[in-house]
Amino acid sequence: MTQPLTQPLTHALTREQHLDLYYYMQLNRQLEERMVRLFRQNKIVGGLYSSLGQEAVSVGTCYALEKRDWIAPMIRNIGALLVKGVPPRDIFTQHMAKFTSPTLGKDGTSHFGDLKVRHIVSPISMLGDLIPVMTGVAMAGRYLGQNIVALTWIGDGGSSTGAFHEGLGLAAAQRAAFVLIIENNQWAYSTPVSRQVPIQNLADRGAAYGIASAIVDGNDVVAVYQAAKYAVDECRAGRGPRIIEVKTMRMRGHAQHDPAEYVPKEMFDYWKARDPITLYEKYLTENKIWDTAAKSEIDARIERELDVEQKFAEDSPLPPPELAEKGVYCDGCHKIEADWKRAKADLMPPKSSIDPTWRLKDLPAYTQATIASGNGAKTPAPAPVSVPAAAPASSPAMQEPVPAPAPERADLQPEHLAAEEPAVPRVPFGRGPKDKAFRQSPENPQNKPAYTRAPKEKSFSRNPQEKSFSKGPRNKPFGKNAQGKPFTKNPQDKQGRR
Amino acid sequence: MSHTAPSASSKVVPTSGPITMVDAIRQAMFEEMERDPAVVAIGEDIGVYGGAFKVTDGLLAKFGRERVIETPIAETAIIGAACGMSFLGLRPVAEMQFIDFIACCFNQVTNFVAKSHYLWGAPVPMVIRGPSGGGVHGGPFHSANPEMYFVHTPGLKVIYPSTPSDAKGLLKSAIRDNNPVLFFEHKYLYRRLKEEMPPGDYTLPIGKAIVRRPGRDLTIVSYAAMAHTAMEASVQLAKEGIEAEVIDLRTLLPLDKDTILTSVKKTNKLLVVHEDTRTGGIAGEIAALVFEGAFEDLDGPVARVTALDTPVPYAPPLEERFLPNTEKVVAAARELAKY
Repeated sequence: MTQPLTQPLTHALTREQHLDLYYYMQLNRQLEERMVRLFRQNKIVGGLYSSLGQEAVSVGTCYALEKRDWIAPMIRNIGALLVKGVPPRDIFTQHMAKFTSPTLGKDGTSHFGDLKVRHIVSPISMLGDLIPVMTGVAMAGRYLGQNIVALTWIGDGGSSTGAFHEGLGLAAAQRAAFVLIIENNQWAYSTPVSRQVPIQNLADRGAAYGIASAIVDGNDVVAVYQAAKYAVDECRAGRGPRIIEVKTMRMRGHAQHDPAEYVPKEMFDYWKARDPITLYEKYLTENKIWDTAAKSEIDARIERELDVEQKFAEDSPLPPPELAEKGVYCDGCHKIEADWKRAKADLMPPKSSIDPTWRLKDLPAYTQATIASGNGAKTPAPAPVSVPAAAPASSPAMQEPVPAPAPERADLQPEHLAAEEPAVPRVPFGRGPKDKAFRQSPENPQNKPAYTRAPKEKSFSRNPQEKSFSKGPRNKPFGKNAQGKPFTKNPQDKQGRR
Repeated sequence: MSHTAPSASSKVVPTSGPITMVDAIRQAMFEEMERDPAVVAIGEDIGVYGGAFKVTDGLLAKFGRERVIETPIAETAIIGAACGMSFLGLRPVAEMQFIDFIACCFNQVTNFVAKSHYLWGAPVPMVIRGPSGGGVHGGPFHSANPEMYFVHTPGLKVIYPSTPSDAKGLLKSAIRDNNPVLFFEHKYLYRRLKEEMPPGDYTLPIGKAIVRRPGRDLTIVSYAAMAHTAMEASVQLAKEGIEAEVIDLRTLLPLDKDTILTSVKKTNKLLVVHEDTRTGGIAGEIAALVFEGAFEDLDGPVARVTALDTPVPYAPPLEERFLPNTEKVVAAARELAKY
């Protein structure tokens, strides 16, 4: 199987950056392999969750951020922590519950953060909650004039939580500089994606919130980086939140205790042939970005560093028992101070004062649209109850409450996916044989994976008119209201009249 | 063409004379937002409309949309966003339209907000405030007293004031506190009493109870609307020659153990009155506290008058049966005084 990695490079990477990506992915993998050994030696206190096969996602996305930007990792985003500058000893000590860990042994895994230096929000085990929190981070960043981007990840599993939807709704309404990476690793613990959602692409959900979304091959670190960089740049330019769905595969069970016997073998085989690090090594060699000497040098450096870091962790003590009683409240132990990058006076009266009313722009157009759509056809439109706010001058970010769709971006198409020839004839993704997406058909003679994108299909912000997902007998296109026409209340009525 | 809806009334906060609890809370928010641009308000309908109970009326006009953030109906998003904002050093005041709806964001409050400082050293300086309590025929979903879920959650502070000046002083302290504070506002008290505000930048320490009425025969511990019920009962009891000492807790977490124990050691009898349901209400915790710290001083059993262990019913006769009232408190105190 040969496949080109994403080309052309929209955001060209230097040789140094290319090698950085390799370093972090390999560091991520080697670190986790060491932790597997520690786990088997009973030196890991709790669970160990592997990100084997997903290194390109963590590294490629986080590498697109700047130092001032904020992340909130999920449990399989060790690579993102490393890119953010977290030393491997923090990962070791966290898992080993050592007193030297960032949480002093109060929590494990990737559950730690750093508000002041690296701008990392700690995750909790309840999925989805990081989405509203990082929306708030983005809102505060804008409020303080910091021009930051907030980024977090969610699995295919976590995308079913209420917090996911509430958070995205608020992020969209606020046009927050927030990037959500939906890390579709095919499995929520033991449940395949097809058992969770009836849609092929989780990125399609973006349209429901008015959030532009993209799909990218999660095992192609360059493609992941490029998609993330574009999304981050768009966010920073004030064009609202972004979603990127990365298609990848969890190559181990949910955690160490889980042998993942429920995963069809051919699925592992397919993805094993698409290992992100192997693919990237090949890419670096074929493009003459490195040679064996450069690789050996990086690999040796990783070994050296991890030796030191692991020894530090193993030699560290467990926390003293009395620590359990400390730190429930902040009793002056932290100084809370916002980092203002704009004039405070802009947010204080009289500058902040506004006329507190809702304004309706262009009433005749509003009423005509309402009448034409069939709601209250014979009488004038009812009093508007849901109209965009006239944005006050002091709130530039709110000037367009409805996010404009992103321009089509040819450079974001994962073209290599279209050109891809899968190594195995059928890719189940845990789906049953009834799944049309995987059936051989004239349109799909080679049984390509269903998410394979044709070059014409735009990743970011697909036009709902182009691709209606309503294939019902009446074929009523969804998204009518995007054209200014409200949904009809009666689905039986094609005209939308009652 | 531009069409302008009638301007919402922008209430000016009274600057002198007695004011209601609604006005006192609004005044606290005005003063804190004027003092510190890091203070922002977030919630449903808190801007143009001024909040369901008009607590935030006028804030939008003065502070603008960046500081008075109207949200979708999404309590988890409200609390999550406020938490995220606090990580960057802001001090958000989040409104639950009715405190009952805090159940919708229970996970965000108890797992994310409450645990951040203990686990990874991230203080969350935010306030969650909202109208609570019954007695106004709001029915089962608009009358709740869910404070004990949060008193049981380490990392939070829980305030439940009973007077306008306490509400003002404690809300200002809550906004300045480095920890997440839940601020319960009993809606029965919102407009039923008026009080002159102490002058200047008035704050009250969190975690300090107050003795509303000194007495020698028994101690009645209460808070919020029931503090007034306890006071009414104490007047009636005085006519019968029973001098009750009435303690208003004001803060439920951290609990002011000293004030309770000092009083019980003096009166030797304890009656706890709360509007929360009986099982798992704070009366049980206070009873345990007194057994641990003043068992040998007790001359009788710890008594409690609470709401029934049911949801808050809607029909007036049912709600009256559900809630504690002066008669029930007097009767219980009379029994206790016999020991």
